[in-house]
Formats: sequence, C-alpha cells, structure tokens
Amino acid sequence: MAGDLIYLSVDEARDLLDRREVSSVELTEAHLARIEAVEDRVKAFITATPEQAREGARLADERIAAGAAATFTGIPITLKDVLCTRDAPTTAGSQILRDFLPPYDATAVARLREQGAVFVGKSNTDEFAMGSSTENSSFHTTRNPWDLARVPGGSSGGPIAAVAAGEAIVGLGSETGGSVRQPAGFCGIVGLKTTYGRISRYGLIAFASSLDQIGPATRTVADCAHTLGAIAGHDPADSTSAPVPVPDYRAALTGDIKGLRVGVPREYFDQGLEPGVEAAVRQGLRVIEGLGAELVEISLPTSLSGLPTYYIIAPAEASANLARYDGVKYGLSVPRGDLLATYLATRRAGFGAEVKRRIMLGTYALSSGYYDAYYVKAQKVRTLIKAEFDRAFGRDDGADGRAAGVVDVIIAPTSPTTAFRIGERSDDPYAMYMADVLTIPANLAGIPSVAVPCGFADGLPVSLQVMGPAFAEDLILRVAEAYERSTDWTARRPPLDGAPREAIVGSGV
Amino acid sequence: MALTDEQVEYVATLARLGLSDEERARLREQLSSILGHIDRLRELDTSAIPPTAQVIPLDPVLRDDIARPSLTLEQVLANAPRSENGFIRVNAILDEE
Amino acid sequence: MAVMTAPGTTYETVIGLEVHVQLLTRSKMFCGCSADYFAAPPNTHVCPVCLGLPGVLPVINRAAVEAAMMTALALGCTIQPDNKFDRKNYFYPDLPKGYQISQYDLPLAVNGALEFAVGGETRRAGITRVHMEEDTGKNLHATDPATGAGYSLVDLNRAGVPLLEIVGEPDLRSPEEARAYLTTMRQLLRFLGVSTGNMEEGALRCDINVSLRPAGSGAFGAKVEIKNVNSFRAVERALVYEVERQRRVLDAGGAIPQETRGWSEERGQTLGQRSKEVATDYRYFPEPDLPPLKMDPAWIERVRGRMAELPRARRARFVADYGLREADAALLTESRAVADYFEATLDGDRRPERARLAANWITGDLFAATPDREALGDSPLTPARLRGLLDLLDAGRINRTTAKQVFNELLARPDEDAAAIVERLGLGQVSDDAAIRATVGRVLAENPKPVADFLSGKAAAKGRLVGATMKALGGRGDVAVVNRLLDEELARQRGG
Repeated sequence: MAGDLIYLSVDEARDLLDRREVSSVELTEAHLARIEAVEDRVKAFITATPEQAREGARLADERIAAGAAATFTGIPITLKDVLCTRDAPTTAGSQILRDFLPPYDATAVARLREQGAVFVGKSNTDEFAMGSSTENSSFHTTRNPWDLARVPGGSSGGPIAAVAAGEAIVGLGSETGGSVRQPAGFCGIVGLKTTYGRISRYGLIAFASSLDQIGPATRTVADCAHTLGAIAGHDPADSTSAPVPVPDYRAALTGDIKGLRVGVPREYFDQGLEPGVEAAVRQGLRVIEGLGAELVEISLPTSLSGLPTYYIIAPAEASANLARYDGVKYGLSVPRGDLLATYLATRRAGFGAEVKRRIMLGTYALSSGYYDAYYVKAQKVRTLIKAEFDRAFGRDDGADGRAAGVVDVIIAPTSPTTAFRIGERSDDPYAMYMADVLTIPANLAGIPSVAVPCGFADGLPVSLQVMGPAFAEDLILRVAEAYERSTDWTARRPPLDGAPREAIVGSGV
Repeated sequence: MALTDEQVEYVATLARLGLSDEERARLREQLSSILGHIDRLRELDTSAIPPTAQVIPLDPVLRDDIARPSLTLEQVLANAPRSENGFIRVNAILDEE
Repeated sequence: MAVMTAPGTTYETVIGLEVHVQLLTRSKMFCGCSADYFAAPPNTHVCPVCLGLPGVLPVINRAAVEAAMMTALALGCTIQPDNKFDRKNYFYPDLPKGYQISQYDLPLAVNGALEFAVGGETRRAGITRVHMEEDTGKNLHATDPATGAGYSLVDLNRAGVPLLEIVGEPDLRSPEEARAYLTTMRQLLRFLGVSTGNMEEGALRCDINVSLRPAGSGAFGAKVEIKNVNSFRAVERALVYEVERQRRVLDAGGAIPQETRGWSEERGQTLGQRSKEVATDYRYFPEPDLPPLKMDPAWIERVRGRMAELPRARRARFVADYGLREADAALLTESRAVADYFEATLDGDRRPERARLAANWITGDLFAATPDREALGDSPLTPARLRGLLDLLDAGRINRTTAKQVFNELLARPDEDAAAIVERLGLGQVSDDAAIRATVGRVLAENPKPVADFLSGKAAAKGRLVGATMKALGGRGDVAVVNRLLDEELARQRGG
C-alpha cells in the first residue's frame, strides 16, 4: 500500500528494495503520490521532477536486480534549489535564475546520482539562501507541516518541510548561519551542519564562501550518518574541501556515551528562550545525563557577538558572490539603453528585498574607509569565537585534553523559539536575523553541529543541537543517536493527513 | 550608525543595484538600524587578534597543468540572454570610443 | 600634485612600467580550459569555472605559480613566504564573476631589479612587486548597421588565462631606457620559457607611468598613466610624445593633473579620457575560496634549480669558457633557442677553435638562412648535422668553398648527412700533391700575365693564380696545398 511506503528510514527502504519486496519504481511512485497529496498545503517544491525520478527509479531497479545496489540506490531524495543539477532548473529561489539550467551537477549531487539515488524535485529556499523562514523565496512560502500557518524555518525550509511531510526520505539543504539546523528544529527532524570543508561546495550556489556547507536533512540520525558518508570527502574541484578521511559514520552510532563530558553554555540559555523551549531542552539534557554523560556548565561569552559578526562577513562575501548575476552570460536580463542601465535594471528586477539588503550591507562593509572597521573587525571577532570553542574542547595550543572545564561536546537549544507565524517577522530584518543567534556561532567557528528534536511546546517541535570539535561528526552523531534511542521524538509525524485546507493562511501567499 | 541618502546611493551604484526612491529610503532606514546593532562589536578589544584567514586551516591543493575539454559553444551560450556569431552580445558601454 | 616651473627649466623624466605577462601554461589559472586561446573561435575555451556559473570554484594551477616563482627569482625578488589571492571587485562584461582573482596586499614577490643595456651602458631598474592574477575575456565593439547604435561582443576564451603583473620602480629616465628595459624583460621571459612575450598577441602588455620633475629635485611630479600601448615602438613613441607634451605644459606655467591617458597609434598622441572617471573602489578582500599559499623553501629551491641559465650569465660563460668575442656571444645568447642550438652543436667540445667555427657558421650562414631564429630548434639543419659539416672542415675533407655547397644541401635535404652529401657530389677535397701540381702547372701556363706581374713584385697577383687553380680544381682544392705548390712553382720560375 503506497501509504506504507512513506516515512521509511534509509535502512528500512534499503532492506525492502534489496529483498525485492518493493521496487524503486513503487517506492518512488508512492513519494510522487505523497507530493501530489500534500504539496498544495506544504509547498515544499519549486520544481518537482517526476519524470526524472521515474527514469531514475527504473535504472535503480535494474541496478538492484544486478546485485549492484549502493546505500542510496533507488532512494527518493530532494535537493534544495541552491544545488546545481544538470537535468533540472536551479533557481536559488530567485527570479534572476528562474530559467537557469546548469550544464553540470554539484559534486554532492553527482556522488548521490552515482549511487543511483532518485531525485524527486528541487525544493524551496530563501532567495540565495538568505533568510530564516523561506519567506524570502521569490516563488512562494513553504509551510511548516506541523502548523501550516507557520514558517518551516529557513533558508532550507523546502527540503526540510518535504522530509518532515514524507515527500522524500532524505533532503540536502545548506547552511551558512543555521539554515539546516534551524528549520530542522522548527519541523521536528534531524539537520546536520558539518565541519567547514567536510563536504564539497562545488556546485552549491555560493552565498558566503567561508561559511557555506551542504547539510543533510533527515528524519533519523542514522539516515543523517548514511547521507554524510555518501557525500563527504575531499573534492579536487573545491580548494576549501578538507583532505581528511571519511570514517564510517553509521558504524559510529554505538549508543554509548558513558563518561562523555557535555558542555552546557550558559549564554545560549539567555537569548530570550521561550519557556517551552528551555523546558524541552533541559529535559533533553537530563536524558543525556541519564545515559551516563556528565553535564558541565561552561561559558562562551563571545558567542553573543556571533550575530553582528555574521552579518558583516556573510553579506560581504555575498556581495561579491552575487556580482556575477548581471544579465550578461546567463539568468534574467532586463535590457536597457546601455550596459550600466541594463545592470541596474536587471539586478533591480531579479533580486528581492532581503538579497538587496545584504548586498548593500556587504558592499558597504567592504568599501574604502569601512573595510577595517567592519570586515577586518568581524574577522577578528570570528577568531575570538573560534578560539573560545577550541579552548572549550581542549583543542587550543598547549591544552591539556582533560583539564577542568574541557568538554567533548556542547549542547544548546537550536533556536530561542518554536516556529513563528508566517509574516510575523517580515517587517523587522534584525528580528528575523535573531532566529539564528544560537546556530551562527558554530558556522563562524567552522565546527560541526547536529540538531535533533527534543520535544514539543504548544504542539510545535523543539530542538537541541550537539556541537563538537572540527571533524568530530562521528562523535556528535553518536551523542545525537544515543539520545534518539531513549526518546521517540523522531518517530512523531506532523498532523498533515488530518489538516483541514482552511489551515492555509492568506490564499495567494 | 546612520547612513545618508548619498551613501546609500553610492553603495547602490557600486553594487549596480537600481533602486526606486522608496527602496532607497527604506534601505537607508533598515541598514542604519542593522548597522546600529553591528556597531556593538566595537566594544570588543581585538587589537591583538589576527583576522581569521581560514576557519579550518588547510594547505592549498594545487592543480596539475593539464588542459581539459571545455564546454561546447552551445553549452556556453545556452543560458546567454543574447548572442551573435558565437559571441555574447551586450549593450554598449558608454564613454568608450 | 602639480609641478609648476619656469620656462627653460631642465626636466628629468621619471618613468615606471607596469607589465602584464601571459604565462605559457597549458591550462588556465584556475580551471582546466586550454590557455592556448589566441586563434580559437570565440567562447570555445570556456568551462563553468571561467564562465563564472553559479556554484563554481577556482583551483590554482601549480605550473602557473611555478612560472611566477621562477620569474620572480630571475628578477632577484624576495618570494613572500605567505602570500594569498584577493578579490578585486568591479563590473564589466569581460569579467564573468564580477570580480577578478588577483593579489593585493600580500603579493607573491617584492623587491627585485632588472639590469639592461642602453647606449652602451648597463643600467639597473628596481622591481617593486610581482603578483599573479587571472586575465579577463575580450570585449569587441560593434555597430548595429540598422540603427548605428554601438554594442559589444564578448569572448571569454581569454578569461582566466594566467597573468603575471610586474611593477617596476620609477627608475627609468628616458624613452630609450624604457624600451631597453622592456626588451630585456621580454628576452628574460622568453629565456625562462614562461611567456612568448609577444606584444602583438597580447602576451605582453605595458602600462606606462611618466612624470617630469625639475632636474635635481627629489620629489615626484604628478604621474600620468598611459594605456593602450601595444608594441615596443609604441611605448617609445608614446613616451617621446608625452614627455614633450608635459614639458610644454609645464614651460607654459601650467600644471599636470594626475590622470590616465590613452595612446592613439593613428594620431601619434596621448589623449585624455573623455569621461571624468571616479576612481573605482575595488573593495579588495582575501579570496575565501582559496587557502593562502605557503612558499615552502624546498619548493622555491626546486623551482630555482629548474630555472634556465639567464641571458647575461650565459653570455659571460660563452666568453669565458669558449673564448668567444663579446659580439658573437651576445648574438648567440639573444635567445634561448639560439644559445641551446650553439651548445648542442658543440656537444661538449670545449676547443675554442671549434667554438669560433660553430659561431661563425651559425651567426653567418645559418642566421641568413633562418628568418625566424626563435624556431631554430625546428630547423631541419639540426645541431648534429651542422657538427658533421664542421668535422669535415676540421679533417680537411672539404674547404670553405665546398662547405658552403654542402651547407645548402644540408638545408635542402634533411635526410642526408654532410659526409653523404660530399660523397654524392664528389666534393671531397683534392689534397693530392701530384694532381694539384699538374693543375698548377697548367694554370701558370695559361695565365702568363699574372705570373709575370707576380714575378715583377706584385704579390697580390698570386691571388688570381690561387683563384684560377681552385676554379680549375672545381673548388675542391685544399687551399693550403695549392698555395704551397704554387709558391714552389713560382719560386722555381723565379729562380730559373
């Protein structure tokens, strides 16, 4: 029955496929039907790709029959529309790329395609990944499957909502300032931001080069481990990708965290946390303690400067990364009398308000007379933020690994609040930026962090994040999965199937 | 940090962003407000701190000097708004001979 | 800052050159497209990276960095142990990403010098810095035949080709010096094999900075930048014009504003730019897609070890080791192709006579027969085949006259070596006394007047007799033997 074929884990689907109980075509059709059924409410996709999916499923079945299946052969996946795909338009959520068809696949996409993964569609994103709610998509706003009047979070709201709604088994999103963890938290699923350089950025439409990372969005930690294993690893096409070996992340999920030292940073609990959020996270910490971990209160005061630091560095890099969108070589072009007028008109028509805001901010921060006070200053504060984490993990020079106060991982809430209502923060940019105050420090420090659901507040998902030292994805996934085993949060499903159509806010939005 | 209209216009020109009067006014307000939050960074003493050059230190991996196939002309021009005889066509740049 | 002076002031010309060099790598600076773009149809050497598509990333070409390092070392620069790339941000159709990856505040190398000869003297000009960057594409101007409106056509083949920027100190003092500096720079680049240095093809580009100041003043005058000089001759002409232009303005009591002017080849003038350009704020910041380069000393030494011997050093060695005259050594080290050819011909033979013989044949007959000396390495007359000719000369199998014939045959028939040619054409030298004596006898009998002239004291008449004997021998006579036997015979006649 098609309904039984959604909400499977990767391991479950793999098992059914390999035992030939279900074909990839059947599995894919079930997901395409699910997309049909819920998309009018969830609106996770920009471009659904059913024909490519069916063809992919067919080929996957042949491969499975030949006994040559890999982990992701025949598994339905959605890709955030900032990932270049050679067989589907890639818009970055923007009008300026609305008809753009890349001649190549992003490396992470190619690695999954090589495994025979089935791509069901390009999913929604805040324009150029700039946003915390997916409301900045120039196409439409995606809804939170748990409450269709609320945002799914952003910028990876599309793939995360799709996975939460059962429209795909796995999603690939991207992070610059929390854009996988925060929506994963709002939608009750697992979202991972890796160490900077763990996953190749080649083919990820750039927002902020020193921060961007692709991030798996999945319903279970094991699925996250599988996805990471498939796409991580050095890429000669990305000079910032790390030549660090890729361990077996799935095998790292031993369930054992006895004796682990868990840092609890007091500043992360001071950021205007909703009471329900704090309660759920603290309860999660108690569970983790019950599994044998030791909670250690720590202080990361410089993390409080993360938000302003980020809002200089990210827009500055973005202002340069988005200069290529000029209507000359590709993308939207609004021709006027001369070249300058064409540039101005094209970029005016092609970019939305948030993108313009950030380009302006970034250009200003790099401009003569302001570069030292803003860009250089922010990069110095970044050094401080990173150093603080290094000290906390005992990774700074000359550190004694087990000195007092040194911890193995750090756990904090993912966001100060649960999902807010659509339109609630659209008028106040900085209020919107505040949604990422707890996620941004890990991006600035380049360290990995995984968000996992830890309860509900007023019926909306709450999430905690597990941060670790660079390249310790195996450790943070182990902690996350051990916690997951002791709870049933990742087994919860949004009430989509019973949700009345009247729950859609403001028709035409 | 309050921005003037002239500053906003100058930055918009640098960034090749055409702005309506309304947009310029709104941006002036919003950017001034955001910069106000950002100016908090001045409170931190970073005089002895180096700016982050690489968040995860890496040695550069250099590429061997081997020529590889390029895109076909069709591929290069496939997304081009305007082309002519294999060239990409654009409007004239003013003040050039 | 303006310099205002009284008429009749003597001025000193202050010139600094900024040279952009296209490196001769197989692939581009940051992607694998072929860098050999010059004759290719438009937009056929373009990939997602150099097209600046969304999502692409640069990867540094090791050979380009090494060519840059080698050039920096040859210019005596200090290579900076940590250097990095930066983004230079501006909008232009030939700049796909909307920024150029270049080096700003931490360039590859600083503080070098270039020695060059001008007017029989050696001068030395400082090199401020050497840095790497990527080239832009090309913009061609076109006019719509229907409307007359101008538009542009963009070819991105050149976008991403590796460039070296070499900034010279303002140490040059005349247009002639500037030209000599450039010529020596190009020779050096060709010797190193890092560039063709060909200005006509755009492999070498030059921007000029020139100002005047009252002689003896230490201060610098307002600097005028001249762009669009596309040949060495244009560099010299533009400078001559501009120096004169500035002198006139200053003499008339005017001031020279700091500006950029374009050289117009057709008008023979530098022209001010029409629009008043606001200096562009390039908003340089470190390139986040590329980790900083670490110039490991062992790597620098490896590059230094591979560096070709520089022209001046090679010329000095030719004089010292082979006893060549300065003039010959200079000719033979004008280009690496010629210098390599010369030494290949010697093949380790250190005898000065052989060196001189080889030098004469190369700078004489071979140069005359080879219009493009740079391509000497491709000549069918290989060093080994030339050596065959020289060996026959040394062995007395042929003389200078017949050697010329053999030389021409060597050029015309790439498959035959010198000995075979001599055999085939029967050009072997006649050295046999008896044969030559008989011919001498006949020549003397047939040329009574020169004999009489010689015997009456006109020594020069003997030359005619030598010539006639050689001719009678079909040019194959051993000249030494001919001379000896003629002397004997003439002496016998004199002595009665």
